[in-house]
Amino acid sequence: MSTIYYAKHALGNVVEGECLCASDGFSARYDLDRINGTFSRPSHKLFGQSYKDKILVLDTAKGGVASAWMLYEMKSRNIAPLAIIFNSVNPILVQGAAQGDISMLSGFTEDITQALQSGQILRVDPSKKMVEVIGGIVN
Amino acid sequence: MKLNQKEQAMLAGEFGPVKQAAIQHQIKVGDFFEAEDFVEVAQAHIMADTESLGEAGVVWLEGLAKNSSKDRVVSIPTITDPRGTDFTKAKQLGQTEKMLDLERRAIAAFVKMGVSMTDTCINYQTIMAPIYGEHVAFGDTGVVIYSNSICGARSNFEGGPSALSAGLTGRTPRYGYHLDSYRRPSQRFSIDWMPNSLNEWGALGAYIGKQTGNYWAVPILEGVSSVPTSDSLKHFGAAMASFGSTALFHIAEITPEALRPQDLGIDQLSPNKIAYADVMALQSSYRVTDDVDVVVFSAPQLSLIEMRSVADLCEGKQFKIPLLAVTSPQVKADSDRMGLTKTIEDAGGTVFSGMCFYQSYAREIATANGWKRLATNSAKMVNILGGYGYIPMLASMEECVRAAETGKLS
Repeated sequence: MSTIYYAKHALGNVVEGECLCASDGFSARYDLDRINGTFSRPSHKLFGQSYKDKILVLDTAKGGVASAWMLYEMKSRNIAPLAIIFNSVNPILVQGAAQGDISMLSGFTEDITQALQSGQILRVDPSKKMVEVIGGIVN
Repeated sequence: MKLNQKEQAMLAGEFGPVKQAAIQHQIKVGDFFEAEDFVEVAQAHIMADTESLGEAGVVWLEGLAKNSSKDRVVSIPTITDPRGTDFTKAKQLGQTEKMLDLERRAIAAFVKMGVSMTDTCINYQTIMAPIYGEHVAFGDTGVVIYSNSICGARSNFEGGPSALSAGLTGRTPRYGYHLDSYRRPSQRFSIDWMPNSLNEWGALGAYIGKQTGNYWAVPILEGVSSVPTSDSLKHFGAAMASFGSTALFHIAEITPEALRPQDLGIDQLSPNKIAYADVMALQSSYRVTDDVDVVVFSAPQLSLIEMRSVADLCEGKQFKIPLLAVTSPQVKADSDRMGLTKTIEDAGGTVFSGMCFYQSYAREIATANGWKRLATNSAKMVNILGGYGYIPMLASMEECVRAAETGKLS
């Protein structure tokens, strides 16, 4: 049995992949080693983990405007997440997702970082504004 | 989104392929946020250092710039945030020719598109501050929060591609802080003390940013007993925006949209009192060692007033470790003319122009120079540099200059 969560806002194409989830924020400049494709801020809950081809599930967008360029640059080198799902997003990450063609969802009735777990296989369908757990640990 | 006749023509390609691509991008973003329509903007400000752009971003810019001169130029005053280098001092930073080449290519593309290379994140102090109620499309979070909060202008955070799009189309999707309904306070804070220095203003902003932690939250601060300086509010806002992704704050009875705070419904909000000790605890949390490799004043770029303060502290000193003071091209020229640059550099410091430290390949220059333990009076910068492998420490301007003399924060 699958579990589906609906977002208020969505952008991008349908993607499927492994979930990497934390109740923490996200900024491409502040948190990532973009050369190696890992979280590099020591205090980040995903420190040391690879984000390449993962569906990131995080609380909120943080910090500065650089992420708008960085998502595009990361995508060009194929060291980017497949999609990013937020409880709450700022315009920068949306602009970056639009520029970098990375799927994005935000705005859920539940805390999406608690509803989903790392290791689950997710299907993100922006046209239906939904994310579905399709494998791994099913809730 | 509802499009007027001109916008429909842009979307149909009647204004050329560059503006067509720009408005397509803007519609994607506008649709995400359920914007009803576009709002015309008076200025755009583009963040586009090449560490962020990378080869892919520069190639994308060059592709736009290859279009005809009729099609590729911006339609409103469009200026730039700091670049990723000061070409005259790039070797000193340990930047490579590849980095500089990327910078040159990005600059050439922007120039072809009619962008004014102001290279500053303090345009509200040096170029043309927006006026109350003016809609703008600004990049750099510090620029946006200052323009929204202190000037009463209206902007969302506009990342590079979106700010450039706004420069090309002369408009931006009308959502978020372009709308009255988003600008009312949503969280209430108070102090019964006053910050004494720029780093304390920054630490207070950082504390509030950490508490709010959300782009859509609008804090109001009560208890500020005298009007702060532009530089104080610059550090306060920049740190809040960095720690909280905050784009707008109010200060009761001081900032233009909170002159009558009782009209803003703040009685309905739970008060949160911030003690001086809370803010100092945040600052102290970064003080993990006394040893310092490098002192940096940057983020935001220094105003002329800050440059004079640094120069006064440097007078007659001899530094043991590097001290970097980073300012805008506009302030640098005045600093040269007034002898401030010479005073700082006679002590062993270096004045950089038109860049910002963290936007200048911070990870690579750390490796090239053996820098890890960094002292600064910028709360914004200590927040950013942790992710670049530094141990950043927040201290007063006076402590930082002393650290440049002794190699230690004491």
